[in-house]
Amino acid sequence: MTSHTYSTRADSAEDDHEAAPRVEVNRDTRRSLPPDPKPIMECDGVDVYYGDFRAVTDVSLGFGHNEITALIGPSGCGKSTLLRSLNRMNDLIVSARVEGSVTFHGQSIYGKDVDPIEVRRRIGMVFQKPNPFPKSIYDNVAYGPRVTGMKVSSMDDLVEEALTKSALWDEVKDKLKDSGLGLSGGQQQRLCIARTIAIRPEVILMDEPCSALDPIATSRIEDLMIELRDEYSIIIVTHNMQQAARVADRTAFFTALAAEGSGDRTGLLVEYDLTTKIFSAPADERTENYISGRFG
Amino acid sequence: MASLGAIATAPLKAKREGDKSAKSIVFMGVLWFTIFFSVLCLGTLLVNAFFDGWTRLDGNLITRYSSTVLPETAGARAAILGSALVIVMTAVLAIPLGVAAGVYLEEFADPRRWYNKIIEVNLTNLAAVPAIVYGMLTAGVALSIGLPRRVVLAGAIALALLILPVIIITTREAMRAVPREIREGSLALGATPLQTVWRQTLPSAVPGIATGSIIALSRALGEAAPLLLLGGLVFVSYDPNGLFSGYTVLPIQIYDWVKEPQLAFQQVASAAIILMLGLLLLMNAVAIVIRNRYQKRW
Repeated sequence: MTSHTYSTRADSAEDDHEAAPRVEVNRDTRRSLPPDPKPIMECDGVDVYYGDFRAVTDVSLGFGHNEITALIGPSGCGKSTLLRSLNRMNDLIVSARVEGSVTFHGQSIYGKDVDPIEVRRRIGMVFQKPNPFPKSIYDNVAYGPRVTGMKVSSMDDLVEEALTKSALWDEVKDKLKDSGLGLSGGQQQRLCIARTIAIRPEVILMDEPCSALDPIATSRIEDLMIELRDEYSIIIVTHNMQQAARVADRTAFFTALAAEGSGDRTGLLVEYDLTTKIFSAPADERTENYISGRFG
Repeated sequence: MASLGAIATAPLKAKREGDKSAKSIVFMGVLWFTIFFSVLCLGTLLVNAFFDGWTRLDGNLITRYSSTVLPETAGARAAILGSALVIVMTAVLAIPLGVAAGVYLEEFADPRRWYNKIIEVNLTNLAAVPAIVYGMLTAGVALSIGLPRRVVLAGAIALALLILPVIIITTREAMRAVPREIREGSLALGATPLQTVWRQTLPSAVPGIATGSIIALSRALGEAAPLLLLGGLVFVSYDPNGLFSGYTVLPIQIYDWVKEPQLAFQQVASAAIILMLGLLLLMNAVAIVIRNRYQKRW
């Protein structure tokens, strides 16, 4: 596996006193991706409102099948809000409302006869703060299959499989009955990934999964994402541009702009492309400014 | 190279008087006095009751029935059993209802609906309604549905109504203390809202609910007013034997004895007060132990 280093900007004409930060894009270059994703999920003209406040405006993009898509952008640009509207977690906020279409395999997930429970079962989610249940490691992983009534021939095998896939099995195989809360932060987050894998979703949404973790734990989660990519489609929100550069196949850059006719800022999709393109030759000046660290 | 000592810095010694100023001392003095005063009142009551009643803290107190003619050997047997039965029935009525209402309000009710807002405001008010009002309510309802007023069930209903708001509020607070991440984690795994409550939030909230319920029940145990209003019997010389049996409870029994002029009645009343305070202390201690041992720290 070779890795290539791209610099964000080869030569900076304006910034002669300060070299533009170099963002390492560590990619598996054997992976050749089509210029446009083969989408498993698509957003078309999506607006997300909290009451009267429009948090996200007119987002259209497709999330590639078995790809990792990163959503990046400054705070308040609506990337987490958009992510949470992809598996109807926004339903839990009474004032939240989604307009436009969000489709999964071409079916609208906000359709009238769509069961949000089934949506969340097929589109799993890992949260910012590791949130294991106050139960044993085993019960944490078995929780999803149990509540969804999954037909499993052996729960033990399923738990082992999920923990193995999330690179946690060797560390916890002798203490499956211990509380999940006794694990370190990084282990807890891998437990949360294992728990999500156990219900065999097709898409895994990750909302800043490493922001509460140290660099070593972060790097393990990133390796894990690369491994999981072959089986799952992953959509990750991150504040860490380097992380997007390291793991994502495609990157969508969002920004917050004052909406027309009101002082409220709303999230907009600025640019969406292959990560290599976003970090080497972004088409939009705002993207370039952001990834070169000039704002955000 | 300059040594550290060469760097000028202000001394750390206190310049101001801080907590030693006259104002602070007066304020602390007032705080101490208020504590001292409340403890003194409680202490006087306890010491007084103990000196009056310790001679009657004997077997007769718990094994014998009350008597109008022999105060020296009168006991609170009927009242102890009555209190126990009424409190158990109160718990059976109030806890499931209160917990269910609390769970509904906290997890399922849409706070924007006007009827939920009304419930919200009234709940807090209900918790502050004088106990006797619940006695009147129960008496009125009992009359209209043909339930005798002077039976265990009627008393338990009045006390259950009395502590219901407290249990609902306690349940809501215990549920609210469960982090949002736990609910989200459960729902994100494809659990239904009901499964999430049943398997995650409610079990995590049980220690808090138990603590609040025990404290509410201990309040009910010490309550005489609503039962007196229901015409709770003051002189009972038999064990209560069912929901439709006549009964008396400890606070009413104490009230009855204190009314009597003879010294021996005052003594047995004091002994019963000690017994009741002991029971209340025990219940509150159990509540504290549950809270400290089982409460989850997130």
